[in-house]
Amino acid sequence: MYTFKELRRAAKTPAPGKARALAILGNCSTQFLAVAVRGLAALENLPLAVLDAGYDQIEAQVLEDGSELYAFAPDSVLLYLATERLYEDFLELTPESRRDFADSVLVRLEMYWDAIGRHTSAAILQCTFTELADRALGNFSCRVDSTFTYQLRRLNFRLQERMAARAGVYPVDLLAVQAELGRERFFDPALYYSAKMAVRLDALPYAAKAVVDVEAALSGRIKKCVVLDLDNTLWGGVVGDDGPENIEIGHLGRGHVFTNFQRWLKELKECGVLLAVCSKNDEAAAKRPFESNPEMVLRLEDFAVFVANWEDKAANIRLIQRTLNIGMDSMVFVDDNPFERELVRSMIPEIRVPELPEDPALYLDFLQKQNYFETAAYTGSGADRTKLYQAEQAREKLKSSYATLDEYLESLEMVGSARPFEPSGYSRVAQLTQRSNQFNLRTVRYTEADIRRLAEDPDCLTLSYELRDRFGDHGLVGVIVGRKTDADTLFIDTWLMSCRVLKRGMEEFIIAVLMDRAKRAGIRWVVGEYIPTPKNGMVRDIYKSMGFEELGENRFRADTERFRPGKFHIKESEEA
Amino acid sequence: MSREEIMAKINEIARDVFDNDTVTLTDKTTAADVDEWDSLTHLLFTNEIEDAFGVTFTLAEVTKSENVGQLVDALMRHLGA
Repeated sequence: MYTFKELRRAAKTPAPGKARALAILGNCSTQFLAVAVRGLAALENLPLAVLDAGYDQIEAQVLEDGSELYAFAPDSVLLYLATERLYEDFLELTPESRRDFADSVLVRLEMYWDAIGRHTSAAILQCTFTELADRALGNFSCRVDSTFTYQLRRLNFRLQERMAARAGVYPVDLLAVQAELGRERFFDPALYYSAKMAVRLDALPYAAKAVVDVEAALSGRIKKCVVLDLDNTLWGGVVGDDGPENIEIGHLGRGHVFTNFQRWLKELKECGVLLAVCSKNDEAAAKRPFESNPEMVLRLEDFAVFVANWEDKAANIRLIQRTLNIGMDSMVFVDDNPFERELVRSMIPEIRVPELPEDPALYLDFLQKQNYFETAAYTGSGADRTKLYQAEQAREKLKSSYATLDEYLESLEMVGSARPFEPSGYSRVAQLTQRSNQFNLRTVRYTEADIRRLAEDPDCLTLSYELRDRFGDHGLVGVIVGRKTDADTLFIDTWLMSCRVLKRGMEEFIIAVLMDRAKRAGIRWVVGEYIPTPKNGMVRDIYKSMGFEELGENRFRADTERFRPGKFHIKESEEA
Repeated sequence: MSREEIMAKINEIARDVFDNDTVTLTDKTTAADVDEWDSLTHLLFTNEIEDAFGVTFTLAEVTKSENVGQLVDALMRHLGA
């Protein structure tokens, strides 16, 4: 981890590019936290503008219409309430009212959230509460509801429940940071009394990391795939030499280490992260433990791609990346061999390659601390992503058996649906706007609260597209947000599509439905715009190829009266 | 470590923390004499001194030292010099 001094230096040169605006509000002094966040964002190459609202300014800033906060037009607002300050408030209360303390803090927090929500569509980054054991009743405090210990834990738990029920609030888990460092390393009493700062200078980089990780996820930087080595990474020993029954896995000895590592990977997979294997092995030998060793937690079907051969790993990782059609910078490569790590790092600078500790017993703890898998949404259906990619491989096989692309597409029996955004889908639509980088015309990121606003805005035409075929359901694959700029014109604010369904006629289907809906809404002109990013070059000419005329640089237009849709083999679902 | 050596090291830290190569601290220097020396850079300054010398100042030493000389006195007490 960087030192605070390094962050302070880096803070002077922010990363170039369009910056997200983050406002920091606290009940304590947040000036150095703001410096640390600025510095870390710069070092992580994340363009971020940070406003520090100053000591104990939360209420003034969130309640006043013309406050500095709202003038700053924040994309996110960080709310940081130091437990040490809350403790002082707690002690001011009469002993009888202390048992309502957690609930009263929550009421205050939700009042802040509401006030911010009335003024901006900013994401709210809510810090969890660090621990403070005042031991008024010793260990016994845990079972007495009028103690601070009891109320503080209740507060954290209830906060989780409230956040879960509320779109647009993102946790910054300072409690986890404090648990990792320990209270001694996190809190410096002298600093608190001299400067009202509740985070020790040496701990600030860790607190800043929690904030920057959330900001990175909100700006679409998400890790989607872990590529794993096998021998001495997923199990102990070398399967080619030791045999599938003799590798170290299971509850005995070092096997326990690898079992727990696999359990965690399985959890990642269930949370929507793709797992892939990249191993120097004969394919059959590499697969054998998964098939025949009952102690293995991971099974072959847990992997979206399985590559075992004697090619170099960089080439294999490129193959995996092409198969999954995701960005290199959304992948993490885990290998116990320093030589392989260095090779991959030097050949593919964008991929993350953690410098694993030598002792496998430390792998899991080490990787968990890196917090690679920060996300800004959870839909619960993420686990199906692995199945989606497996179905994709089945399609690829089928494709090779048809002479023409049309015949193949016809054989897929595709059914598409298009619906205005619905509450049950807000979270998935927001997630897609945050994750899509390649097929994304203007790369506008939306939070769940934004999506709700768009859905309810009478001047917006929203469409979410789903696609299924004989191999399975792709789920949500496309999003359109159109905004009426005048009575006759609809501007396409957002058009994005999942790259999994590229070249299947979905582009044509999306535009055909859009033009149809626009026409029915009495709109004559549909205007599209392409905003280039380092990643979306693939859609530079998409509007032209859809039959739009070019208006000027990167702006296009089509006439709903005359528009002739392109060819596609997708039937529109009846139920839509 | 002599007082002169400590003073030299503290000057080095000060130039870094205050980001100003022309800063020269003497026993009589106060925060008012250095533009970049405010309440927060003061904390950074004392924190860097603590790290460099492996000591921990008391709250009173951090907040009540009136000039650099008093801070160096406190530091030397911690160092047992």
